[in-house]
Amino acid sequence: MENYLSLFTEYNIPAAFWVNIQLTFWAAIGAMVLGTILAMMRISPVRSFVTFGAGYVNIIRNTPLTIILLFGVLALYNQLGFTLAADFNQNFFNLAVMGLAIYHAAFVCEAIRSGVNTVPVGQAEAARAIGLSFLPAAREVILPQALRGSIVPLGNVLIALIKNSTVAAVSSVAIEASSVMKTMLEFRGDMIIPIFATFAVGFVIIIIPVGLLTTWLSKKLAVAR
Amino acid sequence: MSASVLFDTPGPKAKQRILLINIIGTLLIVGLLYLVISGLAAKGQMDGSLWASLFTSNAWVNFLLPGLLNTLKAAGLGIVLSVAFGLIFGMGLLAEIKALRWFSTVVVEFFRAVPVLLMIVFFNILLSRTGVVDGTDAPYWAVVISLMLYNGSVVAELVRSGVRNLPKGQREAGIAIGLTGTQSLRLIEIPQALVAMLPALIGQFVVILKDSALGYIIGFTEFLFYARTFASANGNMLQALLVAAAVFILINFALSKLAEFVSRRLSSRMPNEKPAAPEADALLPLAVPPGDGTK
Amino acid sequence: MRKSRISAVAAMAAVAALALTGCGGSGGNESSDKIKIGIKFDQPGVGYKDGNDYKGFDVDVAKYVANELGFPADKIEFISTPSANRETALQNNQVDMIFASYSITDKRKESVAFAGPYLVAGQDLLVPADSTITGPEELNGKNLCSVTGSTSAQKIKDQFATGVNLQEQAGYAECLGGMGGGTIDAVTTDDIILAGLAAQPANAGKFKVVGNTFSEEKYGVGLNKESDKCEAINTAITKMITSGEWKKAIEANTAGTGFTPNAKTNPPKMDACA
Repeated sequence: MENYLSLFTEYNIPAAFWVNIQLTFWAAIGAMVLGTILAMMRISPVRSFVTFGAGYVNIIRNTPLTIILLFGVLALYNQLGFTLAADFNQNFFNLAVMGLAIYHAAFVCEAIRSGVNTVPVGQAEAARAIGLSFLPAAREVILPQALRGSIVPLGNVLIALIKNSTVAAVSSVAIEASSVMKTMLEFRGDMIIPIFATFAVGFVIIIIPVGLLTTWLSKKLAVAR
Repeated sequence: MSASVLFDTPGPKAKQRILLINIIGTLLIVGLLYLVISGLAAKGQMDGSLWASLFTSNAWVNFLLPGLLNTLKAAGLGIVLSVAFGLIFGMGLLAEIKALRWFSTVVVEFFRAVPVLLMIVFFNILLSRTGVVDGTDAPYWAVVISLMLYNGSVVAELVRSGVRNLPKGQREAGIAIGLTGTQSLRLIEIPQALVAMLPALIGQFVVILKDSALGYIIGFTEFLFYARTFASANGNMLQALLVAAAVFILINFALSKLAEFVSRRLSSRMPNEKPAAPEADALLPLAVPPGDGTK
Repeated sequence: MRKSRISAVAAMAAVAALALTGCGGSGGNESSDKIKIGIKFDQPGVGYKDGNDYKGFDVDVAKYVANELGFPADKIEFISTPSANRETALQNNQVDMIFASYSITDKRKESVAFAGPYLVAGQDLLVPADSTITGPEELNGKNLCSVTGSTSAQKIKDQFATGVNLQEQAGYAECLGGMGGGTIDAVTTDDIILAGLAAQPANAGKFKVVGNTFSEEKYGVGLNKESDKCEAINTAITKMITSGEWKKAIEANTAGTGFTPNAKTNPPKMDACA
């Protein structure tokens, strides 16, 4: 037991998780904004928007996240000198947030589109009948209902994002859960299973409430039909 | 709901406006691409030689194809084991014995919550420390086991919701002809649920293929590993990553199309009944159902 | 109805076909008259698999030693041994010996045996050819690259330059790419690894090894504890050094980088076999 507790004094495990939570928080906002825009593009009357939205989703969601994150660092930063913060380490954090947001935006877009499909056609027809054009109709009538219908899939994207934040290690974010666990496993060979269990349970503790919350929200906000 | 309800067929004025937006949009994208490409060219990253070496037989025969083969091996075995795991625990989730149901729920929820990367890193070290498999095979098995545990749990959920979505009469008919609950599950319900979840299952392939790419982090000699290895001696890391990404996109795109096709085929097959599509919450985020499931 | 069932079956068959490719592991096959040597496959200049060819300093030493032990080149089977898996590969006799920039440490001696060392490498810096950096003390405010999980970069920050910026990447090749792009000022790890990378034709003339090592890494030949080959391997390495082949191997794998092994400790003296 004492041996196990020494893991916590030797390594700052909560700090590692905190990095993942921060990555998730900012990336979730970015993915939500970008994903909503993409979803609007995909249902819009403008042909180039539709094509772009579809192309974006098909390319991004079929690419391993690792490669997207690697590009952020290797191409944007190391070659083009593109930075997102003056501070050296903050820059990698921000690049990771950007990569995670770009990747998950594709899934947010699909989640919202699946939500749009739960809105009955009559709603759109009614919106058009009272004279709303595309943007107002989408903003005032369709999206509010669609978002409620897509709470569960959006919650699933958030859960995936929390887990995928561990891949940020490849974009040079040093202190996050997967890299700290890797170091610990290598230096504390006597405690392999307790170390993994600690990190695994940490993620379960973070993720289970998110799942419960989305289920509750989707029931509470469900549009009665 | 079809999107076209949202707007009228554009008239001449709207058409002009759309054309303008189209042009501006295209210019924006082309401009952004130009910025990136010219920036990379300025750093010498667009030199033909960096690209040419990736399209030699040496690059493919000795690096990329062996890597791709390993990726497909791990992903292929991963899906077989996932389906087996998913069937066992899916039946567990539907079991009549409460303890069994609880145990399966805990296992499935646990492995759906733990990041695959953590599992891969853990199993690599565990397998190679305990010597259960040969040291040099440890990365391969670590990837396969992690893929099985995560995706198997997803499949278990698919099985559960697939069975739940079957018409009640199926089970009642089974009981009526004298089958026990478990027999009805095994002989009548699960086979139907399996067919219904085929599209989602193929979609899960995409997840497995993408996740197998994490294997390079622990030295599993998969596609990305070999692409990077080739690049490390040829100074063309970015180019190699782009080629790797393109291959992944092509394979996964083909799989998505296959899933869409199967999905369409299955829904046209049961004209009178609502196809037993798995409920939305069973589809994990990475496996966004192909097609838009139009009502 | 019938047609659609067929297509569903076809789809299942496609799944099965993909699944069938999944049998078997990635291990090598057994053959008793060959010697199995663990090397790195992905470290240019040190241990690198180039098609059916194996290249690098570790490989050259391994080939020489194997030949002395009675295994000419066609009797060698090279096997990839990533860092985390080296001890088990030896303990399970999956490989007979390991030449994989494998430092001799007391901790590792608890589970495996070592012959050699065949090189005393040291932590060093690789910098652009026109750089003025001559040692780790000058890295304050500079960007230093190393691989994820490596302790070498942290050591520089702790002991030499607290103001250094550390960037961690998946591999040293990524670091070199960044240095080529101008955002990384130096890369750190063992000198031979840096020199081996810099000597690749694609990198020729772009980088130089500083040549100011600040640690000692004795690269040994990893063996199973039961192995009886230690003495013979030491004799072979000594012969390689005295015959001049050792120096040739170093020069061939690091040409054009200005690299010479630390003369105080190289060529190395063999440790006594346990």
